[in-house]
Amino acid sequence: MDTILAVKDLAVEFATYGGTVKAVRGVSFDVTRGETLAIVGESGCGKSVTVQSLMGLIPMPPGRITNGTATLNGKSILNLPAAEANKFRGVEIGMIFQDPMSSLNPTMTIGDQIAETLKVHRGKTDQEAFKIAVELLERTHIPEASKRAKQYPFEFSGGMLQRAMIAQSLACNPAILIADEPTTALDVTIQAQILELMLELQRTENMSIILITHDLAVVARMADRVAVMYAGQIIESGTVDDIFYRSSHPYTLGLKQAMPSNTHDRDKSLSPILGSPPDLFKPPVGCGYCARCPYAMAVCAEHLPPTTKISESHEARCWLHHAKAPNIEELHQLEDQDAG
Amino acid sequence: MLVRTEKLKKHFTIGRGQTLHAVDGISLTIDENEILGLVGESGSGKSTFGKALIGLHPKTSGEAYYDGERLPKRFSTKDHLHYSKQMQMIFQDPYSSLNPRMTVLDIVGEGPGIQGQQSNSEIRDKVAFWLERVGLSADHMSRYPHEFSGGQRQRIGIARAMIIEPRFVVCDEPISALDVSVQAQVINLLDELKQSMGLTLLFIAHDLSMVRYVSDRMAVMYLGSLAEVGPSNDVFFDPQHPYTQFLVESNPEPDPNLERRRAFKPIIGEITSPVNVQAGCRFADRCPKVIDRCRVETPELITLSGARQVACHLFE
Repeated sequence: MDTILAVKDLAVEFATYGGTVKAVRGVSFDVTRGETLAIVGESGCGKSVTVQSLMGLIPMPPGRITNGTATLNGKSILNLPAAEANKFRGVEIGMIFQDPMSSLNPTMTIGDQIAETLKVHRGKTDQEAFKIAVELLERTHIPEASKRAKQYPFEFSGGMLQRAMIAQSLACNPAILIADEPTTALDVTIQAQILELMLELQRTENMSIILITHDLAVVARMADRVAVMYAGQIIESGTVDDIFYRSSHPYTLGLKQAMPSNTHDRDKSLSPILGSPPDLFKPPVGCGYCARCPYAMAVCAEHLPPTTKISESHEARCWLHHAKAPNIEELHQLEDQDAG
Repeated sequence: MLVRTEKLKKHFTIGRGQTLHAVDGISLTIDENEILGLVGESGSGKSTFGKALIGLHPKTSGEAYYDGERLPKRFSTKDHLHYSKQMQMIFQDPYSSLNPRMTVLDIVGEGPGIQGQQSNSEIRDKVAFWLERVGLSADHMSRYPHEFSGGQRQRIGIARAMIIEPRFVVCDEPISALDVSVQAQVINLLDELKQSMGLTLLFIAHDLSMVRYVSDRMAVMYLGSLAEVGPSNDVFFDPQHPYTQFLVESNPEPDPNLERRRAFKPIIGEITSPVNVQAGCRFADRCPKVIDRCRVETPELITLSGARQVACHLFE
């Protein structure tokens, strides 16, 4: 397949007053043309830091990329000087953020902000750029686009602002759109509109999407492939069906059991994941999840589990997949017996 | 029934002769030991309804009854003191709803302190008991809110409400700010407290799946008025009001096969402004089944069958 973006062994840390936070600890993934890769995880797992370091958006200092490579169409994009980074940022990779209100300039009209992208990267004149900006707003289905282009962000609703952000990110026809929690701040009906718009644009532009989210339901609607992150590492990755129907890491299983499934049996109680994520000032030597894992073994606390290939598309980072480990299915059955 | 409202209204005057109709005539009942889920988009007035109900907002008009007693239109200090023994609230944001300059002991112990008749050491013991009860430790008493994670803070908020041993609690989006794994912890805790203390809850949230899971009955709000009320599973699996249908259709499920099968056109447009609302159905502008009557006449809640109610002219 046609790999556009390849990230390998990425590690990012931040020097803070309290010590060094190891936010991303060796993350590798690929993105191929036209696909949607979802990176899921809870707050603090390093999913946003991962994509921000690709875009050169990590303030350095205090941030530091300590290891790893990232190549976009074969060219390295990590640790570039700003002038170099600007050649691909917003051109080959577009990005939209969780909070569109604070990501747009409140003192510029929406149309001018989109036009700015075109003037900087495509050398368009003011008039040309503004005309294209209006077309872009129309493509993201903003009603009365030519009138709305002359308005300021405060005159837009949250959903409309997110549309405007998408219009801006599409200005240079990027190969990849990074969407960092694009619908978290939106209501469910507006979320449905924005997700539908992203799918539509992906089809027409043959664009890849990296979707950062904490919401497994959004992942189920949008993703082709999924990477589940925990404590700065990818602990499981695979196709969306691998992750949902053949979950192979106790954390992924735990997340699924913590969510209500919409079946009639109301009595089946939710199983929360007990405890909280590890302190990344002193990341655990072994598996990051072992303190919360119901299947944890002695080896989990002492050694980092290797990444095991479960099928051609599916990988998990867990000692339970080691040849000598007890079978996770057997563990499930034991648990069911206990419960029964 | 423990709580009842009748055509409860809360309007805000926002200057230049304009009125914001946040809550526009809500008639609801909540039975003893029931969880009523209240769902709706942001701006639909669900939090304002919860606050007006327990006296945190004075009511513009309409009535609210608690255990047969008519609640005052505007609560005096004395009313607050009286009713806060019975009715409590858990807030959405575990960050801004705890005073950062107070210790956990002060925060959780403030209620019993104000209610009086207890010595400091009694309050201390009670706080210790409740911290353990919500899954924290008695040692946490001397700490400040910033030393806790979001889930732990929400537990402090729950302990603060529960230490009074109320009968009725308004939970205003108690899990929206929390991660999935922690949401389940808080939901299970609320459910356990409901069982053991015989609590009645008004559970306000926008997460439809969670509300269906938690509540016995569900009420759907749109722009200050009720669209549909009924047993949670009935409303979720067989929605009648066009708005509820859209809400359920928009709600993504954590199941890729289900999502691939979904043939769904997202609803067009957005929630309109609640300022100077005219007569007519609030949802008329976005409704695909709109008829002329919807634009001139406000639909009343009508009973369909048993416990199901819907406010839509199509059912009359």
